Amino acid sequence: MNIKGQEDFWAGVMFISFGALAIYLSIDYPYGTGARMGPGYFPTWLGIIMALLGLGIVVSGLRVEGPKVHRFAFKAILLLGAGFIFFGWAIDHIGFVAATVVLTILSAAAGREFRYKEVIIMAICLLIGTWALFIKGLELPFPLFWWR
Amino acid sequence: MESFTSLLPNLALGFQTAVSLQNLTYCFIGVFVGTLVGVLPGIGPLAAIAMLLPATFNLPPVGALIMLAGIYYGTQYGGSTTSILVNLPGESASVVTCIDGYQMAKNGRAGPALAIAAIGSFFAGTVGTILIALFGPPLAEIALKFGAPEYFSLMSMGLIASAVLASGSMMKAIAMIFLGLLFGIVGTDVNSGMSRFTFGMSGLADGLSFVVVAMGLFGFGEILSNLEKGQEVSSRELLTKKIDHLYPTWQDLKLSIGPILRGTSIGAFFGTLPGAGPTISAFSSYALEKKMAKHPEEFGKGAIQGVAGPEAANNAAAQCAFIPTLTLGIPGSGTMALILGALTIQGIAPGPQVMTQRPELFWGLIASMWIGNAMLVILNLPLIGLWVKLLSVPYRILFPSIMVFMAIGVYSVNNLDLDIYMTVFFGLMGYVFVKLKCEPAPLILAFVLGPLMEENLRRALLISRGDPTVFFTRPISAVFLGLTILLLVVMILPNIRKKRDVAFREPDAA
Repeated sequence: MNIKGQEDFWAGVMFISFGALAIYLSIDYPYGTGARMGPGYFPTWLGIIMALLGLGIVVSGLRVEGPKVHRFAFKAILLLGAGFIFFGWAIDHIGFVAATVVLTILSAAAGREFRYKEVIIMAICLLIGTWALFIKGLELPFPLFWWR
Repeated sequence: MESFTSLLPNLALGFQTAVSLQNLTYCFIGVFVGTLVGVLPGIGPLAAIAMLLPATFNLPPVGALIMLAGIYYGTQYGGSTTSILVNLPGESASVVTCIDGYQMAKNGRAGPALAIAAIGSFFAGTVGTILIALFGPPLAEIALKFGAPEYFSLMSMGLIASAVLASGSMMKAIAMIFLGLLFGIVGTDVNSGMSRFTFGMSGLADGLSFVVVAMGLFGFGEILSNLEKGQEVSSRELLTKKIDHLYPTWQDLKLSIGPILRGTSIGAFFGTLPGAGPTISAFSSYALEKKMAKHPEEFGKGAIQGVAGPEAANNAAAQCAFIPTLTLGIPGSGTMALILGALTIQGIAPGPQVMTQRPELFWGLIASMWIGNAMLVILNLPLIGLWVKLLSVPYRILFPSIMVFMAIGVYSVNNLDLDIYMTVFFGLMGYVFVKLKCEPAPLILAFVLGPLMEENLRRALLISRGDPTVFFTRPISAVFLGLTILLLVVMILPNIRKKRDVAFREPDAA
């Protein structure tokens, strides 16, 4: 079949998937009755309506001409995602300093240009700035290094 | 009317609270940071407030609220400054200001444009403050009589309104509402104690954190889609011309009075409506002024009415958005949802009872808004040079800094690494939404309202013993639902739909 509007088509597919997932997971939650709604009642209906809307959007994607969906920015997704995940792990294990510096460098690497000197200066400035603001100023209890 | 007689003592209490040195400082920090963020492209008010939310945890409730509100309307001002000077809207509500504001600046009239924007905003802000003071208390009184069916219907109306007024496909916007509601009920069900959609993660037992969702969708996701565009977000057309005279001429003022008054009314209307907001107000005001002008051909070439109207409208809307938020406890936008979230964190249950139980909070906030608006006028004009300089910070420095601030902000809410990982997930979602042209604003509103909607639906059906007609047999609820259906029907009519599309497209094309 010919997909005319890719944006609508894939958006519809996304909504149908989320709707189906919600309905599937809600099977395990007691449905109850109208007068005594169980925990499954509301999400089941949300899922059903969303899947139906998704279906409508898919149909419109098949029928109405629309723009193409372009390539995803995989490099940025990977680098920024990795930076954040590292931060989440590091802040509790090896401390604020390493977490912040590594996140700065990984983020900067996701951009178009990467100027070593600039990134190093930026990392140091950000580290000092956030340390002063959050740890000194707002007294957030983050360990600075792994030994404390 | 009772509300008139108690207005003065109430406002007096408000000003008494707001002018304490401490609260003035919070207000100043708020508007300053807000303007700063509004000036920087790529961070919207929502992400800004989400980022700064943790900073307010240790403040007293009044101070926290005053500061957050200051950030909110500060961004509005900052956005208009950059729109005029460098043709860069800092946030979506000031897109319209770019059209004529930048043209005025190019003609060497940046000063009057900025001044009119400031005057218009200040006037609108003042009116907004008065409106809240006048209509807040009676509205809250009515709201106290609301039962579960009324709340459910009102929230439905707000959600549908947010979808109708969002740009792009309405069907997608409505689907986003349902997705938001689903995300909203993740966690432990209050009634049965059952964990829903937690995938066995104990960190999700309390539900998804609002900060995580907001930062993911509007912070992380935004950066991803900016990076995809490859080039610097901005085509920096930095204005090198010196801004020598600030003051508008009499002719300017005369031309602006009408647009400011009309813009204020439009903004007040859309702002009060749950689900609508500053952006749609600014767009409508521009369209109206263009229709009303004697020389519509001047629009797009530096007509001062095209700055005065929309600027007044977006500020009035920003201010009046506090009306449903504070009186009904129902946020009209994602930003308002965050402010309500801040209230909850402070241990105050949002709703109509806030006004009677914590009058100093309510009236202090209102008074501080007016003071904040005055500060902005004073602050903005002399600091224009600084804001312009800020704009020359390249994006490759800006976005890693935002990433670091976001990470620390998210982590500091619960000290939970899961929150950071979930932010990545929502960042990806936000990016996909942008790619597939799904407007995330209705989703975030629905996310906040999700648990409230379920609870009120449950209660309404419990009272009626499972009979769904209860929503139509109770008069107030029936009116809300009737309006909701009307909104939907009207928008489906091909004629109006076309107009709506034009309203969203026009300023982009210009």
